[in-house]
Amino acid sequence: MNERASIKEGVVKTVLTTFALSSLLFLFLIFIFILIEGSPLFLKVGLKNIILGSKWAPTKGSFGIFPMIISSFLVTFGALIIGAPLGLSCAIYLSEYSGKRLKMILKPALELLAGIPSVVYGFLGVIYIVPLVRDHLGGSGFSLISTSIILAIMILPTIISISFDSIMSVPKTYREGSYAMGATKWQTIYKIVVPSARSGILASFILGMGRAIGETMAVIMIAGNALKIPMSITDPLRTLTGNIALELAYATGDHRLGLFSTGIVLLVIIMALNYIANFGIKRRS
Amino acid sequence: MAKKIGIFLLICSMIFVYSCTNKGKKQSGKKQIISIAGSTSVMPFIEKLAEYFMIQNPKFIVDVQGGGSTAGIQACLNNTVDLGMSSRKLKEGERLNEIIVCYDGISIVVHPDNPINELSLEQVRAIFSGKIKNWKELGWNDRRIDAITREEGSGTRGSFEDLVMKGVEIDDSIMVQDSNGSVKEIVATDPYAIGYISLGLVDKRVKALTIDGVAPTVSSIKTGSYKIMRPFLLLSNGDPDDNVREFIEFVLSKQGQELLRKEGLIGSYE
Amino acid sequence: MRINPRFIDSLMKLSLNIQAFFTVGVLVVIVAIILIKGIGNINLEFIFSFPEDMGRHGGIYPTIIGTIMLAILSIIFATPLGVGTAIFLTEYTKESMLTKIIRFGVESLAGIPSILYGLFGFIFFVIKLKMGWSILSGVLTITIMILPTIIRTSEEAIKAVPKNVRIVSFSLGATKWETVTKVVLPSAAPGILTGIMLSIGRVVGETAAVIFTMGSSLRLPTSIMDSGRTMAVHFYILAREGISMEKAYATALILVFSILLINIVAYYIMNRVISKYS
Repeated sequence: MNERASIKEGVVKTVLTTFALSSLLFLFLIFIFILIEGSPLFLKVGLKNIILGSKWAPTKGSFGIFPMIISSFLVTFGALIIGAPLGLSCAIYLSEYSGKRLKMILKPALELLAGIPSVVYGFLGVIYIVPLVRDHLGGSGFSLISTSIILAIMILPTIISISFDSIMSVPKTYREGSYAMGATKWQTIYKIVVPSARSGILASFILGMGRAIGETMAVIMIAGNALKIPMSITDPLRTLTGNIALELAYATGDHRLGLFSTGIVLLVIIMALNYIANFGIKRRS
Repeated sequence: MAKKIGIFLLICSMIFVYSCTNKGKKQSGKKQIISIAGSTSVMPFIEKLAEYFMIQNPKFIVDVQGGGSTAGIQACLNNTVDLGMSSRKLKEGERLNEIIVCYDGISIVVHPDNPINELSLEQVRAIFSGKIKNWKELGWNDRRIDAITREEGSGTRGSFEDLVMKGVEIDDSIMVQDSNGSVKEIVATDPYAIGYISLGLVDKRVKALTIDGVAPTVSSIKTGSYKIMRPFLLLSNGDPDDNVREFIEFVLSKQGQELLRKEGLIGSYE
Repeated sequence: MRINPRFIDSLMKLSLNIQAFFTVGVLVVIVAIILIKGIGNINLEFIFSFPEDMGRHGGIYPTIIGTIMLAILSIIFATPLGVGTAIFLTEYTKESMLTKIIRFGVESLAGIPSILYGLFGFIFFVIKLKMGWSILSGVLTITIMILPTIIRTSEEAIKAVPKNVRIVSFSLGATKWETVTKVVLPSAAPGILTGIMLSIGRVVGETAAVIFTMGSSLRLPTSIMDSGRTMAVHFYILAREGISMEKAYATALILVFSILLINIVAYYIMNRVISKYS
């Protein structure tokens, strides 16, 4: 009886280990298959000509994605410039100023914002933000600024939720000590609370960046997808994700390889951002 | 609790697998599936024909998907679909049976509020190669031209490059959209936009320009005076089987061609 | 001149107030726009009839079925895998190099954007494994995509079960597996369910990973090898191609409200768990 039980335990453990290792297997498969598909082109055309090349004409043998790398970072920083202060303010308001009941309603409500599909954000961007930009700032409206605004709204839940958690984890005694020394509420927040929660807040910004740079459907709907590096905030642009999504269905041969090398570059950027963000979160705890 | 959820999920999956296999069996026993994939320009029209075809011949299921001309040609070469759709002529090395379904004009479209009604082919080329960037140069407001092209690999773009650009490169600062519909959507909402779409999709939301003095109409394409036109093709790898042939015959029949003509396309027999 | 700190204090309070309510306002406006523009076109016929003329007329029935099939099947695959991994990480090992590597793997999977899942699913399932554009390709791709969410929420839920519950169970002579299935999992079930609900919400709203693996055929799928279209993909095509704005808003309404409903249920379950333990 006892022996049978221990055999059963052994089987269970093996199965569970296999399950746990499956995530690693999937990650491995994703890396390998994107690499296998994309890397032959790196060898053929040259790493430099892809990453620093400025001309993308895959059916004519040019595979430069430099403008898209720049554009991806431009929209991401744009989104951060708009979204980070708003998100941080929201997190501070929720943790320091709002009453308990308001907190109970507002926090989940803001997290629900994250559940709205990106295609819906893209659609509303095209209907409401693009004409606004076209009429007031000029250009077609499909632009850096429109894309940044929509992405800013999309990364708000990430920023608010993670900043909020890290601000809440600042010990109460810090605040009490500050008040005891005669500081006002704002001085306490500005000088004590925010600096203590710094690494978590930074991590929230970086994770927000990761989300913005990986966003696809909303971006191809609003960005205009022109291949040139935008020279002003009203110029259209194409991101790395947009390049893949626009052309994947049509591509064959070297053209498809080119899209997979775009994927490799995107993967490297995302992994780097996640690594930095995780590092930030770990140092806090 | 966990057990209950487990049982619930198990039952769900059983019902699902059962219903899937059950329906699948019924289908494969009775119905014949014809799979078609390729050009997104051809797709809406073939889909419409397929709807009528399936009503008249209930034993068939016609599965129409997009993917693009190039993908359609590839899928057809790999035999993953019965028929490919293409909105460009085949290149060398793409050895497939061509069935010309109809002809389609590519119209250069602008917003209805745009006062310009006519451009020369030269001017269109200059706009898309980035030489003309402002509507002022064409005698309208001092405002940047929001030109829109299609993505690399698109059949419509391929034909446009052959027939309009004639070797001149499309400029990098021009916006790119991945379907006729999305180009039309932008042109219909942005007064300063210009793009090119299938003549069959032109309606009152956009204005088709007269090019070199010829307006894109069914008759001007039929006589050959409107030059920017391309064939819509169905492709088969080798001789199509009887089921597929029945669909092709429907497409080329008087009724099928009449349906296409209603959509603004030009029948292959005219 | 020195500005009174009390004045700055109230100024900042006002500013934070404005910003917080602006942000909440954005959510309210988004939901309101979709509700107002979509509600007029919704009726039972829209939900239960087939689309005609590419969706210009008729309903969205096949896309609802496609969405449900995709969500249920990927949950069926991902739940045992995810909960199993969580049990392994919390109950069957101590912190070691292996758990660190597995956690790193899960974190990395969680960070990969959906377009890269689409790219992978397209090359691996659709092309290399020759599954074509099919519900199966979509389900397998989505399973991998939602796995990290299920693992992480399950792990949190299992960890939240008090230690002494396990000690009591062991002292009564139960084996580890018996303890896990009879004691730990039942207590952790609501938390796990929250993870599952959140994952369903993500699947329903997903586009990029679905469109390249499941295709976009508007036909009612009859087997898992058929291509199919989910509501989110249908909405994307309706909106982008300008096929019909009325139908696009109506589809968006059903899409957004089903996701909100799913997420609200998830939060409700989670809150009940939190109030139970604290």
